[in-house]
Amino acid sequence: MKVMVCLKQVPHQDARLDVAADGSWIQEDNIKFEINSYDTYALEEALRAKDAGEAEVVVVSIGPDRVTQALRTALGMGADRAVHVKDPEADASDSLGKAKILAAIAKQEEPDVIYCGLMADDGNFSAIPPMLAELAGMPSATGVISSEASDTSITVRRELEGGCREVVELPRPCLLAIQTGANQVRYASLKGIMQAKKKPVDVKTAADLGVGEQVGAGAAKVKINKIYIPPKSDQAELLEGSTDEIVTQLVGKIRELGVL
Amino acid sequence: MLSEYCFETDVHRELREQARRFAAAEIAPHAHQWDEEEEFPRELYQRFAEVGLLGLGYPEELGGGGGDLGHGYVAAEEIVLAGKSVGTCVGLGGHSIALPPIVKLGTEEQKRRFVVPAVAGEKISALAITEPGAGSDVAGISTRAVRGGQHYVVNGAKTFITSGCRADFVVTAVRTGGERHGGISLLVIERDTPGFSVSKKLHKTGWWASDTAELAFEDCRVPVANLIGEEHAGFRAIMINFVAERLMIAAQCVAIAELAYRESKSWARERQAFGKPLTGFQVIRHKLADMATRLAAGRALTGECLSRHLAGEDVMAVAAMAKNCATDMCSWVCDQAVQIHGGQGYMRETVVERLYRDARLYPIGGGTREIMNEIIAKAERY
Ligand SMILES: Cc1cc2nc3c(=O)[nH]c(=O)nc-3n(C[C@H](O)[C@H](O)[C@H](O)COP(=O)(O)OP(=O)(O)OC[C@H]3O[C@@H](n4cnc5c(N)ncnc54)[C@H](O)[C@@H]3O)c2cc1C
Repeated sequence: MKVMVCLKQVPHQDARLDVAADGSWIQEDNIKFEINSYDTYALEEALRAKDAGEAEVVVVSIGPDRVTQALRTALGMGADRAVHVKDPEADASDSLGKAKILAAIAKQEEPDVIYCGLMADDGNFSAIPPMLAELAGMPSATGVISSEASDTSITVRRELEGGCREVVELPRPCLLAIQTGANQVRYASLKGIMQAKKKPVDVKTAADLGVGEQVGAGAAKVKINKIYIPPKSDQAELLEGSTDEIVTQLVGKIRELGVL
Repeated sequence: MLSEYCFETDVHRELREQARRFAAAEIAPHAHQWDEEEEFPRELYQRFAEVGLLGLGYPEELGGGGGDLGHGYVAAEEIVLAGKSVGTCVGLGGHSIALPPIVKLGTEEQKRRFVVPAVAGEKISALAITEPGAGSDVAGISTRAVRGGQHYVVNGAKTFITSGCRADFVVTAVRTGGERHGGISLLVIERDTPGFSVSKKLHKTGWWASDTAELAFEDCRVPVANLIGEEHAGFRAIMINFVAERLMIAAQCVAIAELAYRESKSWARERQAFGKPLTGFQVIRHKLADMATRLAAGRALTGECLSRHLAGEDVMAVAAMAKNCATDMCSWVCDQAVQIHGGQGYMRETVVERLYRDARLYPIGGGTREIMNEIIAKAERY
């Protein structure tokens, strides 16, 4: 069995975020990055598939040089090899462009299962997993909190609203978008980290993958106009008094707004 | 900023990330509670071993994770930074003073019995040198071990012993021979040995999550097979690990100061006074800048000393300097951190309040500031 894991590197949760001068994105210089939290659960799910049988785990990421570190982390945790799409045009693509790149890799690798994170901590689009599944001609399930493979299919549990669960069986090959908290993500040991240095990382461009024409800023259908920090509003009103007085005032306000 | 040591490579950075993730998920949520309870769960040792952090610096054939002191120190730094519990960190790290004499001088059998289970997190170890009547003056210890046949009969007391309350075995300095340095040996005394008892759990200024004990030995019969290295050669065995221990203490101080600095920086940005954040006042900005500067200096000396030590240089006196430099820096930085936090800095549950108390141990433990100065003075032949 072969499984493919799509990883995105995002700003570290402790990083201080400032908007770039041109307002197009955040200021990325001198901040730390880490693997998108959802993707770490996807990676863990893939590594569990490997532990359970004979799976080869291939991790894939699109991004500049710094992404090497995310791939090395994944290799340190137990993935077997990595594909790094290092191409400014790929970086400038919208979700569909990136999904096309990943689909081109999936075509070459022919994985039995593709694991993605449900969404990315930075963009919150949740767009790539279903797009990639469609382009790769695979069935998919999102919001997956556990998966169990048999010879030909994979049975997953999905998290729905209100604490409900849904059980779905998908034929392989298929794509799973994993929810955070699905499992306990392992840690890379020092030995794993050292071994990762010797594992292969294949560096490619969109053109190498035959999709050079279809990606990049020019082909993007979604463009970010502006990133900004919402202005603080002064519209908060502090209610004072005893608890009873505050509750009475609060109910009055809600009535005023016509909510009740 | 200098938030890394000079010797760090990609491997150290990656290891930091793993340790950070572990500590943030599995220590930080309980940091305050474990301090208040003066104990962290015993199972954490095993978990710490499972994730590959406890065994750093130990050879693989003993179940260790490989690497050197530098790897151990950066992982420990992240545990402090992300876990925010110095007590837990030093409790989990207690093996690093207890096991090295066995690793370096023990027989294969002793390594298998003591080092392997401790590295796996299954057994807790402690090192007991200090006594009610002898601390800095290690050669003055009076706990006696008299040999008779295949046993030593041990009588005496030890105090201020880290992890002593829960230790499964205690690497103990005893007097087997005559006066002073030449009469000391190291014995491993197991918890269930008749005559061995924990006489008191001690309450401290800081380091609350780490237990500290007073131990008593009354006609405690210890098999000769538990003697580490040669009889009467215990003082040298204790000395073997002094540089590593002092550098570890320096590294802990760097980590604690780094945490106090980070906490202060974010507090100063958030906290408003006179209509602006504290960072709007030059006095506070300069205080932070001074903290950052001393921290960088402490880190630089600690890092340089460790690199030289790993390269095989004799750094006995420089390690003493690094310890004093880092411990004093840490106490000062934590004091400033409390000041920047104002009243909140004096409240339990505030991280810097805890750090301020934790920091006080460092100029005392692992050889006092004065003893470090004696080492430097001797090396400089004043
Ligand atoms: C929290 C904690 C944990 C500890 N953990 C352990 C442990 O796990 N195992 C262990 O064996 N010990 C442990 N210790 C003990 C520690 O190593 C000793 O406290 C330390 O070595 C100092 O010894 P002392 O307390 O007897 O002080 P003393 O030696 O009595 O010193 C008192 C003062 O006199 C000064 N002084 C002493 N001799 C000289 C001199 N020659 N010249 C100038 N000044 C001098 C000292 O610097 C100090 O200021 C721990 C202590 C603490 C507080």
